[in-house]
Amino acid sequence: MSGAEFVPLSLTPLLIGVFAAIGCALPGNFLVLRRQALIGDAISHVVLPGIVLAFLVTGAITTWPMMIGAGGAALLSVLLIEAIRRLGRIEPGAAMGVVFTTMFAGGVLLLERTDTSSVHLDVEHALMGNLESLIWLDARGWGSLLDPVALAGLPPELTRMALTCLGVAAFIRLFWRPLKISTFDEGFAQVIGMRTGLIGISLVGVSAMAAVAAFDAVGSIIVIAMFICPPAAARLMTNRLAAQVGWSVAFATFAAVLGYVLAGYGPLWLGARDSVSAAGMIATVSGLILAVAALFGPARGGQQA
Amino acid sequence: MLWQALTLQLGYNATLVAIGAMLLGIAAGVSGSFLFLRRRALVSDAISHATLPGVGLAFILMVALGGEGRNLAGLLAGSAISAAVGLLCVQWLTRNTRLAEDSAIGAVLSVFFGFGIVLLTVIQTMQAGRQAGLDSLLLGATAGMLRSDAILIAAGGALTLVLTLILRRPMIMVAFDEDYAAARGLNVRQVDLATMALVLAVTVVGLKIVGLILIVALLIIPPVTARFWTDRTARLWLLSGVIGGLSAYTGAAISASAPQLPTGPIIVLTSFALFVLSLAFAPGRGVLAAVLRHAAFQRRVHMRQGLLALAQGQPIYERYTIRLLRRAGLARADGVATEAGRARAAKALLDENRWDILRAMPDHEAAAALYDGMRPIETVVTKDQLTEIDARLPAPREVTA
Repeated sequence: MSGAEFVPLSLTPLLIGVFAAIGCALPGNFLVLRRQALIGDAISHVVLPGIVLAFLVTGAITTWPMMIGAGGAALLSVLLIEAIRRLGRIEPGAAMGVVFTTMFAGGVLLLERTDTSSVHLDVEHALMGNLESLIWLDARGWGSLLDPVALAGLPPELTRMALTCLGVAAFIRLFWRPLKISTFDEGFAQVIGMRTGLIGISLVGVSAMAAVAAFDAVGSIIVIAMFICPPAAARLMTNRLAAQVGWSVAFATFAAVLGYVLAGYGPLWLGARDSVSAAGMIATVSGLILAVAALFGPARGGQQA
Repeated sequence: MLWQALTLQLGYNATLVAIGAMLLGIAAGVSGSFLFLRRRALVSDAISHATLPGVGLAFILMVALGGEGRNLAGLLAGSAISAAVGLLCVQWLTRNTRLAEDSAIGAVLSVFFGFGIVLLTVIQTMQAGRQAGLDSLLLGATAGMLRSDAILIAAGGALTLVLTLILRRPMIMVAFDEDYAAARGLNVRQVDLATMALVLAVTVVGLKIVGLILIVALLIIPPVTARFWTDRTARLWLLSGVIGGLSAYTGAAISASAPQLPTGPIIVLTSFALFVLSLAFAPGRGVLAAVLRHAAFQRRVHMRQGLLALAQGQPIYERYTIRLLRRAGLARADGVATEAGRARAAKALLDENRWDILRAMPDHEAAAALYDGMRPIETVVTKDQLTEIDARLPAPREVTA
């Protein structure tokens, strides 16, 4: 394939997919180890009412109000889960189930009650994202990467996703030691004076930020899959946290690239005419990676490990 | 309109849907309560998302065989198979790798759902088979439901409910005390598998009404709600079934009463409303009850400490204490004890002195453990013991006002 076709049509979706995958997989490592893996699932469900509300308030699909709405909804859900867990003395899993299903139901109801026929806002869009449509129309080929005029036309999602990914990576790098210690031995972390509650909340906050940014660009399936599958597969490869994070980044990148290529070109190779959902295919590939790791991973272990 | 819907006067289909939803709600509430007691509520999330690829594959298969892709029975059969595969994947991952159950749930959920979406996009490009109805399985839609579909759902809900009722004894036993159940000769793994199979059946039957994303709510919210009202396992599942049935029936009726009220979300929001009411007002575990209990406790502490202060002639600085004493007619606004107050204060001081002696007596360790600074000692010891304690009291001393 020539650059003239690849750069405008595939380069930006591919990069956005990769950044989204890495941005979610990085905090996912700690969530998986802390047995909070389903937080990604919960967050990606609860952002729907936030986004619909933002649309109702502003009357248009604009990025920042939607991000604020989604972030607010994510924050509200975390508070609600905690409140229900404490006030009702209910186990966290069930409390989470109560909150995210209810907020999602509220979002669906709001969506049905509002006239969104004029804009592209529906549940399927929220689930699947529109990775394929994030193309770079101004590009003419590889040379456009050095052309400021063409660069100005880059889809804003790319910049946002890249910045989010960088931010998440910086958070993990800066707080590596507290995160690591409080994840593996919370009691010890408290004894040496770490504020484990604060660390836990910031981790959830950073995850929510990554989820909301990725959700806007690529839909919620990738978010849930990337929070869990690459870190889980990486966990089966090694016993060292640093190596696990490395593996998870590699797996996330691989899943994003292979998934995108398979979705875009796989059906053509098989003789079909149309491509399939890239978000779905990326999730599927990440699942296959996890399956391979679960069958052959050197540190797959049993329950005793 | 709503009243007509609630009393089943909106036509044959709406009636069937409401009854089917109610049966489904009861079955979901009952089987969900066992899931909740086993602390595995979120497994249902994996099961429900894992139905999607089965729906897609069944559709493709039925079209390939020259049939109509929208046949609900066929779609449900496909969804049941892929949900079972998903469930087995969760169990295999948890048992044979070091991954925790929540990671396994999340992985299966997202991967199966992602693959299902891929299949849906494949189906969208197919020319044949009238795929329009497939999206409705994501969020549930009862509008324009075929009569045969409604009958299928009602029958499925009833069958699931009957199976749940038959299997409830072993499930209760395992949910309440796994080890005891194993000692009684129950195969815990098989019972767990049966619970999961019932949950799976509920999920599949519920696809058309509430959709695969929201069916989880029907499995989780009613048991959590019921938990506020009872501490007994045997009542929990019953109550959970009633709450589930009530929310599903009311939700289906509300949704039938006006357009643009999707069934699934309305049912979920109805059950959430019941949950919030229970969280606030349930006796014992509810928030209001806890607040009242705390206030009563505070009152008793202030009262007791106030009386002891009066007895020992100490000034009372706490305004709340003085207010309480005044309201009970035991002290004046300036903190001086009334006649009745002096009597009660003397009694409180005597009580405290008796407790001091009791707590020093090694024979009465069990009774002494009940000391909380408020309990009258007569409620803890017998008359004879009281005499024994009083024999050790120091000589009586007058209480000065």
